[in-house]
Amino acid sequence: MSVKELHKATQSQEYFVNMGPQHPSTHGVLRLLLTLDGETITKVEPHLGYIHRSIEKMCEKDSYQQIVHLTDRMDYLSCHMNNEAVCLAVEKGLELEVSDRVKVIRTIMSELTRLSSHQLWWGVMGMDLGAITSFLYGFRDREMITDIFEETCGARLTMNYNVPGGVMFDIPANFQTKVKEFITHFRKKLPEYDQLMTNNIIFRNRTEGIGILTKEDAISFGVTGPSGRASGWSNDIRKSHSYSAYDRVDFKEIIRTEGDSFARYKARIDEMWESMNIIEQLIDNVPEGSCREKTKAVIKLPKMEIYQSVETARGELGVYINSDGKKNPYRVKFRSPGFSNLNALNTMAKGGKIADLVTIMSTIDLVIPDIDR
Amino acid sequence: MKAIINYIKEVVGGVKTLINGMKVTGYYISHPKEIITQQYPENRDTLNMVDRFRGEVIMPHDENNEHACTGCQACEIACPNGTIEIIQDRILNEETGKKKKTILKHVYHLSMCTMCNLCIEACPTDAIEMGKGFEHAVFDRSQLTKVLNKPGSKLRAGVEE
Repeated sequence: MSVKELHKATQSQEYFVNMGPQHPSTHGVLRLLLTLDGETITKVEPHLGYIHRSIEKMCEKDSYQQIVHLTDRMDYLSCHMNNEAVCLAVEKGLELEVSDRVKVIRTIMSELTRLSSHQLWWGVMGMDLGAITSFLYGFRDREMITDIFEETCGARLTMNYNVPGGVMFDIPANFQTKVKEFITHFRKKLPEYDQLMTNNIIFRNRTEGIGILTKEDAISFGVTGPSGRASGWSNDIRKSHSYSAYDRVDFKEIIRTEGDSFARYKARIDEMWESMNIIEQLIDNVPEGSCREKTKAVIKLPKMEIYQSVETARGELGVYINSDGKKNPYRVKFRSPGFSNLNALNTMAKGGKIADLVTIMSTIDLVIPDIDR
Repeated sequence: MKAIINYIKEVVGGVKTLINGMKVTGYYISHPKEIITQQYPENRDTLNMVDRFRGEVIMPHDENNEHACTGCQACEIACPNGTIEIIQDRILNEETGKKKKTILKHVYHLSMCTMCNLCIEACPTDAIEMGKGFEHAVFDRSQLTKVLNKPGSKLRAGVEE
């Protein structure tokens, strides 16, 4: 073998690297088996199961009220939307119409959750790229929202605020003033995010043109949420299958066409502005009425199948309930956005460098308990 | 030549964006009042938890060491995790001469509790409520199993009617 051939043979050798399960930038216990050619990624294979708690199976032994609190623990950053999805599904099965007040409260709380989720994502995204500053700024603004949640629901993260038939407590007297205070605060602070990160030259070079996902791939993998919309696929459940009070507010669906990491980043930043618009439209006219319809202590759904989807901060969350007429569901299935979004990782990262993989994972906003359930 | 000019332009523009970001950091260095850090645990005396805060399940007793728990087990059924265990027995009531269900122990496993508030909702007599304590760290797991009714306590008169 000549020196040239030897050189070629060693250059083309593939090797495997485990990224995770205890890797800080995977945001949890996700293991990625990377096939590498030098520094270039040829294949990414996610291995799941490190945080599997069999939530779907646990739902089969729980009553419909008890299922709600388990969904908090799936995508904990958008726990309010998860709760809402189950409650809407059960209400659909019971043919129960909740009052306007409940609908508006649910919408406001969902949008606040979306804001807090995106704020945390923004902070952590900076951290992944090596900027600790953004983490502190993201958490500063998120603190105001968690305070509102704490005062309304009694908990800061796993809130369990929705119940089939309404919400657990009525909103406190100072809820509106506090939310308005937050909106005025955050409208001033959001441009700081742009100043710190969006316009930063290092950040731009690390995200622009990295991890491109085409519209066709986004549709075939089912990449929903801001990640899918950044590829030009209009998939907002709030628009297409409107639920709660989304049909009475005026908001823009953020769609970008580039499909790269920066587009996914910008889609989330723009979504924060839209969330604030939605809250502002609703906060001043919360209708009067009861905050909770009376349901039976033991809810029994008729023999039926129900599917209800909501838009969480990460994409479409679908709840499928198969009921056989008993007080427990026969089968519950969650279509979680994180799982579908993760599947597109290989397509996005192929041909890129390892350092770009961290950026891509950050921009599809993974929450591992949501993927594994 | 054009390439060099473009290169210099790019560098100058890049440095500008970095300085622009540093401005934000500089602002907060010179305005320490806008920093919101709480000095926990130094502020324990002034720390006020909100009314609805869910820290742990407690059973309030009045000054006569009486509680409102009838032992109906509604909380035990409502709990999704098997956190609550009610141990009861039929005890002879001396006034009426009849045997009557009375709770001996209301056992609460804090280590399994997810603070979902379902037991509080289920309780028909408002015997239990959510406490505001949140510092639950102990050295041994067995200390997290608590008996909520105090020793020697009994049911408050008039609760059952």
